[in-house]
Amino acid sequence: MKILVCITHVPDTTSKINFTDNNTKFDPNGVQFIIGPYDDYALARAIEIKESAGATVTVLNVGLAETEPTIRKALAIGADDAVRVNADPTDSLFVATQIADHAKANKYDLILMGRESIDYNSGVVHGLVGEMLGIPSISPVMKLELEGTKAKLAREIEGGKEYLEVNLPFVAGCQEPIAEWKIPNMRGIMSARTKPLAVVEPKAVDSGVKLQKFELPPAKGAVKMIAADNVAELVTLLKNEAKVI
Amino acid sequence: MAILVFVESAEGKIKKTSLEAVAYAHGMGGPVTAIALGTTDAVELEALGKYGAQKVLHVADARLNQGIIQAYASVLSKAMQDEEAADVLVLANSTLGTPVAARVAAKVGASLASNVVELPDTSSGFVVKRSIYTGKAFARVELSNAKKVIGIKKNAAEVKEVGSPVSVTPYSVSLSDADFATKITSSEKATGEVLLPEANIVVSGGRGMKGPEHWSILEDLAHTLHAATGCSKPVSDLGWRPHHEHVGQTGVKVAPQLYIAIGISGAIQHLAGVNSSKCIVVINKDADAPFFKAADYGIVGDAFEVLPKLTAALKAAK
Repeated sequence: MKILVCITHVPDTTSKINFTDNNTKFDPNGVQFIIGPYDDYALARAIEIKESAGATVTVLNVGLAETEPTIRKALAIGADDAVRVNADPTDSLFVATQIADHAKANKYDLILMGRESIDYNSGVVHGLVGEMLGIPSISPVMKLELEGTKAKLAREIEGGKEYLEVNLPFVAGCQEPIAEWKIPNMRGIMSARTKPLAVVEPKAVDSGVKLQKFELPPAKGAVKMIAADNVAELVTLLKNEAKVI
Repeated sequence: MAILVFVESAEGKIKKTSLEAVAYAHGMGGPVTAIALGTTDAVELEALGKYGAQKVLHVADARLNQGIIQAYASVLSKAMQDEEAADVLVLANSTLGTPVAARVAAKVGASLASNVVELPDTSSGFVVKRSIYTGKAFARVELSNAKKVIGIKKNAAEVKEVGSPVSVTPYSVSLSDADFATKITSSEKATGEVLLPEANIVVSGGRGMKGPEHWSILEDLAHTLHAATGCSKPVSDLGWRPHHEHVGQTGVKVAPQLYIAIGISGAIQHLAGVNSSKCIVVINKDADAPFFKAADYGIVGDAFEVLPKLTAALKAAK
């Protein structure tokens, strides 16, 4: 069993977002980077499969050299080796093409990633990769159990979930509660230093998508406080001022 | 610019977010063709004409009563290429729409953007505004390929009656076994409730509700407002409420007119799921709860006292 887990290197969920260069670049100043939370679920499930049924787990990240500490963390959590595609992950089609290119040459049984990255939130890379490889893609996946060459999954739908069966190989965009996040232990951190991390150059892609500019939302006005014994005033405000009821 | 709109239905009705997709396409200038897959109510389909569709295609293949991502992508990409020669596919972002959009874009070689929040700017090229960093920022992105696939976020367009019902055109596509490689064996779905991602008003509870047994006062408030109920991550982690109600960074992102948060402190991960709301009301015992800083209206008080009073006041004001 060979599992590929694709991870993003994204700002911590508590980060304040700022831009530089006339709003064309993300400002990494004071920002801590993490493995994308959804990707972290995908990685945790891959490691669980490795521990229970045996598998080799490869992590892949499309990113510049600064993402290597994030990749090493994934190795510390239990992945066996890693690939970094040496490029700025500018858009979904670019990233998906790099993943599909690597996967074509390496024949994985299972390709896992988060349902979306928490920076661009596109939620489409799993579908693009599935289509490029001609295999099923399923997202957002909440449960994944393997039975031989078959898998049983639960996928979130609005207001509930549905249960699916599919044969390997396939691509899954994962989310909670597929597995519990894993925290690397000291042994994992030590061994991660010497695990293989290959750096490969990207394939050129004309994705037809080009960033022009970032924008921040307008600042929020001050909160209007209402006394707990005067809820009627809140009703009036919601009706006449906010006009939302 | 010919536009194809994929519409989804739930419990026999076209989803409100899909009506927004039709309204969005109408706003782009059209001509607009809507397409529905699987068994769908004919009257509902005809009514799409009122919201801006000039033509409605219906693929009445019972195998498509279940939302199979690959099969849906095959139908939509064929419709986009053959019959309709559509330049743009518009759909509402959803747990089905977004993964389907990805495969369609790959099949037809389209420029792809999801989470689009307003009509494109076509003054120079074709530029869309997307929500990024989980609602904390936006990106203006140029889509340059001849074909485009656009997933819109809730409230990207306002649903208005602009026309009259149209007749429905049956449409068929031959699908292969590979399109059905994924088998849906069963599903479970909350029925009769307002769906959280679709709701105009959301009433959400946190750990301040002290236990699942106290949810009835929150549900009374939600019922009075025709609102969906949501919850914070700790509440779904504790199993007090089902996972599909979890609002936040790693849960459902909502964009209602009104979001009422009760006993939720307002961790930044929760705020990321609600920051697209038009108006936020926070009710919390702790005057220092960070959520008040993100709120429009706040009440410092005990949920168990404030909620029944608020429900009564709303009923009285009707």
